[in-house]
Amino acid sequence: MIKLDKVSKKFGTGVFGLSDVSFLIEKGEFVFLVGSTGAGKTTIFRLLIRDILPSEGSVVVNDWNIVTLPKNKIPHLRKKIGVVFQDLKLLLDRTIFENIALPLEVAGVKTEEALKIVEDILVQVGLKEHRDKFPVQLSGGELQRTAIARALVLSPEILLADEPTGNLDAATSWEIVKLLSDINKKGTTVVMATHNRDIVKSLGKRTIHIEKGKIVDGEKTKKEVKEEEEKKEKTEKEEKKK
Amino acid sequence: MSFAKTAWKNIRRSPYQALAAILIMTLTFLVISFFTFLLVGSSKVITYFESKPQVTAFFKNEAKQSDISALENQLQATGKIASIKFVSKDEALKIYREQNKNDPLLLDLVTADVLPSSFEISTVQIEDMGAISDMLNKSSFVSDVIYQKDVVSTLSTWTSAIRKLGIALIVLLSLVSVFIMATIIGIKISQKKADIEIMKLIGATNWYVRWPFLTEGVVYGIIGAIVGWTFATAGLLYATPFLESFLKGIPVLPASYLGLFALLGLEILFAAFLGIVSSFLAVLRYSK
Repeated sequence: MIKLDKVSKKFGTGVFGLSDVSFLIEKGEFVFLVGSTGAGKTTIFRLLIRDILPSEGSVVVNDWNIVTLPKNKIPHLRKKIGVVFQDLKLLLDRTIFENIALPLEVAGVKTEEALKIVEDILVQVGLKEHRDKFPVQLSGGELQRTAIARALVLSPEILLADEPTGNLDAATSWEIVKLLSDINKKGTTVVMATHNRDIVKSLGKRTIHIEKGKIVDGEKTKKEVKEEEEKKEKTEKEEKKK
Repeated sequence: MSFAKTAWKNIRRSPYQALAAILIMTLTFLVISFFTFLLVGSSKVITYFESKPQVTAFFKNEAKQSDISALENQLQATGKIASIKFVSKDEALKIYREQNKNDPLLLDLVTADVLPSSFEISTVQIEDMGAISDMLNKSSFVSDVIYQKDVVSTLSTWTSAIRKLGIALIVLLSLVSVFIMATIIGIKISQKKADIEIMKLIGATNWYVRWPFLTEGVVYGIIGAIVGWTFATAGLLYATPFLESFLKGIPVLPASYLGLFALLGLEILFAAFLGIVSSFLAVLRYSK
């Protein structure tokens, strides 16, 4: 569960990254975060993993209040949220296998257990034959899948993907999206930031649209929308009766 | 042990930095070992001289046993005497033979008659030696009086000078090695800044990031200590024959192996401490 309540983020330069943003993402949802570059998508992700703090408002992830979270709990929070960074942030001097295993290493998972988990994930993202290569030897799509694998390796409850199709061709983009939607089907909440309208349209998932740090559309969850529509229908019916 | 593996990888991938860190530590511990040998050795020499009779009085050949006993009582009566030992002519010969056992020519030349009998006296306080030797000089059947006041006080002065110099050098070198190691590890942390940031973003604790660097510092320290100690000890063992003949009769060498290994143990502990301190400085300074 992700809940932002009247969140504003003012950067040191005086620019508002976000202003008065509120939304709720339920557990198990697949949500697109759309908006042009600089709209605040990445800022939202950085808030969620407590890389930055909001200037105002509250951010809640699962049961953690991000604003009041003590510093020593930050590593716990970050282990529960898988992030596919826009610039991937892979370690260039480690192999694909080592990169994917890194969160397990950080979390102190035993080597044998880690080995098994990483092997499984490699199969899932289709990188089995590249396990001992270094990031420079892989293509964009393969690197993207490496980053996704690393984000998934600790079985997080939430997966944040920042422009995972950013510079991929259409076919590869679709592979990535399909992968993310498979992950979502297994129960992981997925939030994907993108400006690829084709993908958003054809998948038909909930879309939160932000521009210049403000929410334009999609603030409400499907449940909320449904309830509101029912309410509306009810009042309309009542009005008709009158 | 994954942090040890990471530390090892860091060392392997920047051999010059590792070498610089290890060499400065080696130098520090070479000096520490060297001065420890010097201090232990010189304090052994002092103990030796202090335990030796401080005043030796040689008797003329005509001195009778009764005269000697009378003199002994007279000396004891002053209350300044810690110990007094009579060495007869035969005992003197025995000592002479022991000292020159490798030189048969010298042995043949000397018989008990040639050697004088003597008193070996130590006083309770070093200042009383003058009074005692005056007393002995006055006695008509004492031929000669030797006392070693000067030897001990000169040695003490030297030893305390060596100790001061040693401590000053050790402190200075320890500080230098801490700063050099902190700088080297700091460079490594800066080089890995991006990696560290990534690890933190995916949930690494501060300590997860710090441990490899702390381990690295300790490894440099310990290797430096072992190498420094090995050089110093090898030098000491190599020089032992020369030194033994130089220190003729003074039981300083050979050094006990137990002592040497105890020194190694202490040096390793100190090295680990220096390593921790320097990496900690680096970690606090560079990994914010």
